[in-house]
Amino acid sequence: MAPNEQTVFQRPSSLKEVPTHYCAGCHHGTVHRLVAEAIDLLDVQQQTIGIGSVGCSVLLYDYFDIDVVEAPHGRAPAVGTGVKRVHPDSVVFTYQGDGDLAAIGTAEIIHAANRGELITVIFLNNTTYGMTGGQMAPTTLPGQVTTTSPYGRDVTKEGYPIRVAELLAMLGGTAFSARVAVDTPKRVMEAGRTILKAFEMQVKKQGFAFVEVLGACPTNWGMSAIEANERVGKEMMDYFPLGVYKDITASG
Amino acid sequence: MKKRLFVKGNEAVAMGALEAGCRYYFGYPITPQNDIPEFMSREMPKVGGTFVQAESEVAAINMVLGAGAAGGRVMTSSSGPGISLKAEGMSFMAGSEVPAVIVNIQRPGPGLGGIDVSQADYFQAVKGAGHGGYHLIVLAPHSVQELYDLTMLAFDLADRYRIPAMVLGDAMLGQMKEALVPHAHQLPEDLPPKDWAITGKGGRAKGNAVKSLYLADGELEAHNWHLHAKYAQLKEKETRFEAVGLEDAELILTAFGGAARIVKTAIAMARKEGLKVGLIRPITVFPFPAEIYRTATAKTPKVLCVELNNGQMVEDVRLSVDPMADVRFYGRPGGTGSLPDPEEIFAQICKHYKD
Repeated sequence: MAPNEQTVFQRPSSLKEVPTHYCAGCHHGTVHRLVAEAIDLLDVQQQTIGIGSVGCSVLLYDYFDIDVVEAPHGRAPAVGTGVKRVHPDSVVFTYQGDGDLAAIGTAEIIHAANRGELITVIFLNNTTYGMTGGQMAPTTLPGQVTTTSPYGRDVTKEGYPIRVAELLAMLGGTAFSARVAVDTPKRVMEAGRTILKAFEMQVKKQGFAFVEVLGACPTNWGMSAIEANERVGKEMMDYFPLGVYKDITASG
Repeated sequence: MKKRLFVKGNEAVAMGALEAGCRYYFGYPITPQNDIPEFMSREMPKVGGTFVQAESEVAAINMVLGAGAAGGRVMTSSSGPGISLKAEGMSFMAGSEVPAVIVNIQRPGPGLGGIDVSQADYFQAVKGAGHGGYHLIVLAPHSVQELYDLTMLAFDLADRYRIPAMVLGDAMLGQMKEALVPHAHQLPEDLPPKDWAITGKGGRAKGNAVKSLYLADGELEAHNWHLHAKYAQLKEKETRFEAVGLEDAELILTAFGGAARIVKTAIAMARKEGLKVGLIRPITVFPFPAEIYRTATAKTPKVLCVELNNGQMVEDVRLSVDPMADVRFYGRPGGTGSLPDPEEIFAQICKHYKD
C-alpha cells in the first residue's frame, strides 16, 4: 500500500475468504457480513459460537471463522440454550430462516425468548423456503405464488403471514426485538447498527435480542436480482413494517 | 460397614449422574420418571449445575445437543412417548458425535399406552429410534444399585466414544425402593480430551464445527464407515452381561432389566426343585453380548427368552445363538395387570424344561 493510501473496506476477520454458494442477489451474504462486522467491532470472535439452522444458511461454518454447532430444523434456539448454559461468557447467536424459525421452530424461539436466554437471534425473512425450492413459508405474503401455493397464498385456507418481531416483543423475556431490511445502502447501514446492538446487549448480559431482517430470494421468487431487491421495499415492508418493537435499554 | 441408603430407582439415576459429574440437565415431565427432573431441580443448584424444564421433549434433547457439543456432561430423562420426540435429536447427536446420557424409564405403549411396567421400547432403544441408521450405547440396569452404577458408566462411555448413551430402565425399577451403596465416581484418567468441543475459538487456528451434514463427494460415506467402526469397537470392548449357572444348565433363561428380576426368582424356585436352569442377562443391550449366547448355546441349545413385551430382544438372541439352538419366547406386553409373577415364569420354566 502506498503511503497515502488507507484501507477503508475489507473482509471482516470473522468471515473466511471463501467463494459464496448463495445465489446472485440473495441477501444472506450481506447479512453474514453484518453479523461478522458486529463480532469484529465487539472484538468477540474468539468467544463467539454460531448455531447453524436448516435452510440455505446451514453452511454457517463454511463462512464464519468461529466455532459452530449445527442444529436440527427449527431447534437452533434450544441448541443455543444448551451451549450458552455451558459457556455463559461466550457470545452465542442463532442464524435462522423463516421456515426454520417461524414454522417448525415456533415453540423453540418463543420459549427461548420467554426464558430470556442470553443469546442473539438473527432471522432472515425472505417469505419462502429457499433451500427446498421456494415453498410457502409462514411469512409468505397473501396472494404470493410459491411452489406449494401455486394459486397464491389464500389467507382463508393458509392463514396469514406471521409477524415475528412483533410477536416476540410481547414476551417478558425479550430484551430487544427489531425488524430491519438490507435492500438499500441506508437500510444496510441501519441493519448493521441494529445487529451490532443485538450482539452488544448479549455481551452486556442485558437479555434475549432478536433481529428480523427482510431479504430477497430472487431464485425462488422468479425475479432478477434487481426486481427482487425492489420487492423487499415495495411489497414486504407494507406487511412487515421496519422498526424497533422492544428495547429494554431505550430511555424514556 | 459401608453406608447403605434406601433409595427410589429414579432418584438413584439422578444421584449417579451428579456423582459422575453431570452438571446440566434438560427435561420435560412425563410419568413414570418425574422423580428425576424433580431431584435435579432441587439438587443441581446446590452443586452449581443447570436445570432447565424445557417447553417440550424436542427442545430438551436439543438443549442436550447444545450442552454436549459445548463439552458439558449433560443428561435428559423421559419415557417412551417422550423418547419418540427425542428421536430427531438423538439422530443428530449420533451423527455429529455428541456425548450425552438419555434415560428412558419405560412405560407400556404404543401411543399413550399406560404408565406402569413394560419393556416395550427395546427396539426403539437398540435400533436407533431416529432416522439415518445409527446406534446408541444402551445399558439395561436391573436394580436400584445398577441404575446408579450404570448411569455413571454411561457418562464415561459416552465421553470415551463420543456417542450418546441410553440408560434403559422401566417403571418397576424407577418406582421401587431398595438398598443402594453410594460410592465416589472414579473418572477414568484415559478419557480423550474434548478438543472437538464448541467453546469459542479461543485462539485456536481453526473453528470447531459439530455437525452431521456432509455434502462433498464421498464425505458422508466415509463418515458412516467411521461411525460403523465405532459400533464395531463397542461390540468388541464394551459388551457386558451377567451369566449364572450355565455350567450344568439344561435350559438357559435370558432376560434384561426388570424382567430379569422376576426371572431370577423363578430360576431360584426351579433350582430348588432340582431343575438345571441358567441365566444370561445382557447389561449392555447395544452392544449386544452375542458371543456368550453363541458359546453357551453350543453346549445348551434350549433358550427361553422372557420379556415384558411381545418379543423384541428375542430377535437379537436368535441372531446370536448357535445355528442349532432352539430359542423360545414368553412375554407379556405390560399395562395394568400385565406383570407376570415369579410363579408364572416358574410354570414356563417347567413347561419348556420338559419339551
